[in-house]
Amino acid sequence: MEALEIARWQFGITTVYHFFFVPITIGLSFLVAGLELAWVRTRNEKWLRLTKFFGKVFLINFAMGIVTGIVQEFQFGMNWSDYSRFVGDIFGAPLAIEGLLAFFLESTFLGLWIFGWDRLSAGVHNACMWIAAFGTALSAYFILAANSFMQNPVGYTYNADRGRAELESFTDVLTNKVVLITLPHTLFGAFMVAGGLVAAISMWWLIRRRPVDADAFRSSLRLGAVTLLVAGVGTIVTGDIQGKVMTEVQPMKMAAAEALYETEQPAPFSILTIGSLDGHEPFYQLEVPHLLSYLATGDWNAEVQGIDNLQAEYEEEFGPGNYKPYIPVTYWTFRAMITSGALAMMIGLWMLWSTRGGRVPRGDRRWPVWLAVAAPLLPLAANSFGWIFTEMGRQPWLVFGLMRTEDGVSPNVGAGTVLTSLIVFTLLYGALAVVEVKLLLTAIRKGLPEVDPDNETGKQPDDRPMAFAY
Amino acid sequence: MELTTVWFCVVAFLFIGYFVLEGFDFGVGMLLPVVAKNDRERRAMINTIGPLWDGNEVWLIVAGASIFAAFPEWYATLFSGFYLPLLLILVALIVRGVAFEYRHQRDDASWKKRWDAAIIFGSFVPALLWGVAFGNIVRGVEIDADKNYVGTVFDLLNPYALLAGLVTLTLFLTHGANFLALKTRGIIHERARTVSLQVGLVAAVLAVVFLVWTSLDHGEAWVWVLSGLAALTFVGGLLAAWARRDGWAFVGTMAAIGFAVTALFVALFPDVMPSTLDPAYSLTTENAASTDKTLGIMSWVALIFVPIVIGYQAWSYWVFRKRISVESIPDTVHA
Repeated sequence: MEALEIARWQFGITTVYHFFFVPITIGLSFLVAGLELAWVRTRNEKWLRLTKFFGKVFLINFAMGIVTGIVQEFQFGMNWSDYSRFVGDIFGAPLAIEGLLAFFLESTFLGLWIFGWDRLSAGVHNACMWIAAFGTALSAYFILAANSFMQNPVGYTYNADRGRAELESFTDVLTNKVVLITLPHTLFGAFMVAGGLVAAISMWWLIRRRPVDADAFRSSLRLGAVTLLVAGVGTIVTGDIQGKVMTEVQPMKMAAAEALYETEQPAPFSILTIGSLDGHEPFYQLEVPHLLSYLATGDWNAEVQGIDNLQAEYEEEFGPGNYKPYIPVTYWTFRAMITSGALAMMIGLWMLWSTRGGRVPRGDRRWPVWLAVAAPLLPLAANSFGWIFTEMGRQPWLVFGLMRTEDGVSPNVGAGTVLTSLIVFTLLYGALAVVEVKLLLTAIRKGLPEVDPDNETGKQPDDRPMAFAY
Repeated sequence: MELTTVWFCVVAFLFIGYFVLEGFDFGVGMLLPVVAKNDRERRAMINTIGPLWDGNEVWLIVAGASIFAAFPEWYATLFSGFYLPLLLILVALIVRGVAFEYRHQRDDASWKKRWDAAIIFGSFVPALLWGVAFGNIVRGVEIDADKNYVGTVFDLLNPYALLAGLVTLTLFLTHGANFLALKTRGIIHERARTVSLQVGLVAAVLAVVFLVWTSLDHGEAWVWVLSGLAALTFVGGLLAAWARRDGWAFVGTMAAIGFAVTALFVALFPDVMPSTLDPAYSLTTENAASTDKTLGIMSWVALIFVPIVIGYQAWSYWVFRKRISVESIPDTVHA
């Protein structure tokens, strides 16, 4: 394999892995902040216990999110140095601002939150978590603004002397129509994961360990399920708008999502296809007429451009070459994303239904536990599929219409070097995944901690042992 | 002043902040097996940096991203050129960060021992390699006409850079010991103070050799002055540690690291990465920089937000100002 191929695999693996933790971090930071706010407002102890319990789940996960994030930043320079040279003038600024505005907030205020239980008043302590949560969302905005430039470059001019893209309007970069719709879609996706996680853990406790803390876990179950559902609706709405923006700025990606080779009007949406997806007649295809026209444009009868037509168009514009992404991946990840998101919402509905009017699900059955476990895993999978789709659908472009992926790789880094780092990261990430999952399960099994509200919040004299210590 | 010069100063400032701050938490991590004799003492040590290390590490992330944004060519040359050392630093920072969060999650001696090893490894490797990396940046490396590093990883292990690595290693050890002495009471405090004096002497000798070497190579008056200030403040810090003035001892190593890193950046300017193949290939603040437009926007952002960041980070140091002793550590780990 060449350095290019290995570098691409490394980027894919480290990014998807990093993004297992990001949605949980974003969603859970807000949910934990909300739980603590409920405690501050009501002084009902169950909220404090839930805050500490889900706070621990959050922290175990946050550690992984942050350390895998550093790899992402370094990777641009290490594996993609020509890309960094080409877009640094535009792409670097959102990254730097993300660090300055968001990472400092997150890390400092989270440190205050973790260790500040006996140092800060309850209100200030809760504010620290809200600030950290706000930091995660801000971080999402800047990183997505950078990514959106790669999907739909705006606000730049090409400097032929320097051979690079240069900033023309930072406002245009920050208000790229792609980022404006990708941000809410990504945030809703994150809330689906976190809501599903909170609901699943609570459900597990209600079924397997009841009647221990049934009242508290019923509250968190419903909070999680409602979050999952509301965020699910938000994801659908924003995803629909995003599809139309995508059709406008990256028509090839929409065509690749459907494996639509010939331009059609109206275009049907295929739910599944058995066949090669290479443009030959499929063996079997289940279609919904007119649906792709609507998804792509908002008009049930509109024309949707096909892959072959776009290929011809691009050849005319950019010269000879292959401008098609790898179709089976785009086709199936697009469907997998939608399907797993929809299934997760159904589980959310079932969760609310089974706990309606003070009910608690029956404890002698196993299947509800497995169903609950799927509540965070399905949206997590949907998040990953969504990212794989959006990045693979951009190929062969690194920056759409401006730079091809093969031109962005570091020219001075050999295949052996990249392979070394790929192996190192894969092994390390694999080992850490095992540790993380074990720790999460242990923390979940431990259940709600006992708390002594008088000792936990508010300023304490200096001579007593710390309320929280590693 | 040119915006490119402004951003050279901002990058220098961010690295000074990073080494001054994370320098001490690297030091504490490295001293884990030296200063603590049992698990309770190790926990007390880790808790001195518990609320702070993560915020300190962000200084690196922002410094890296600022190089990317302000000097993309520097970022590209540096990160692709120093590939394997950076990979090692990344691995170290990953296992270290995870170790802090995971070590206390299980009450099991072998579990803790493994994460302790991760903290020690994760603190040693960057403390050494950042020095090696900066030594090479200042000394210059083999950069070709396309601005790419064409040397091997072994070329990076030259005497000057290795000495720089030993300097950062011993400086951070002393800095960490001073921080521990400042932040603890009792037996840990006493041991940290002793370590500070012993390692401090070694660090002083290495640093003086390194700074004289650097000053001779670059010959500018400012490099000599800053190197002298670094040496003076470091010795001042040692004297303060000896006189049991913990706060001043810590300020001393802080200032010494600050002056030493400043000296390196002054020696470097206006290059950001000199080429040893041909001076014409060197990356400078001019030919590596982004456009004035980008630099201008980022200057406003930095002007507004850097003081805010410093403000709330200072507040978090204030909130956790209390000294920790073995008695401060509760029996049960709860999180």
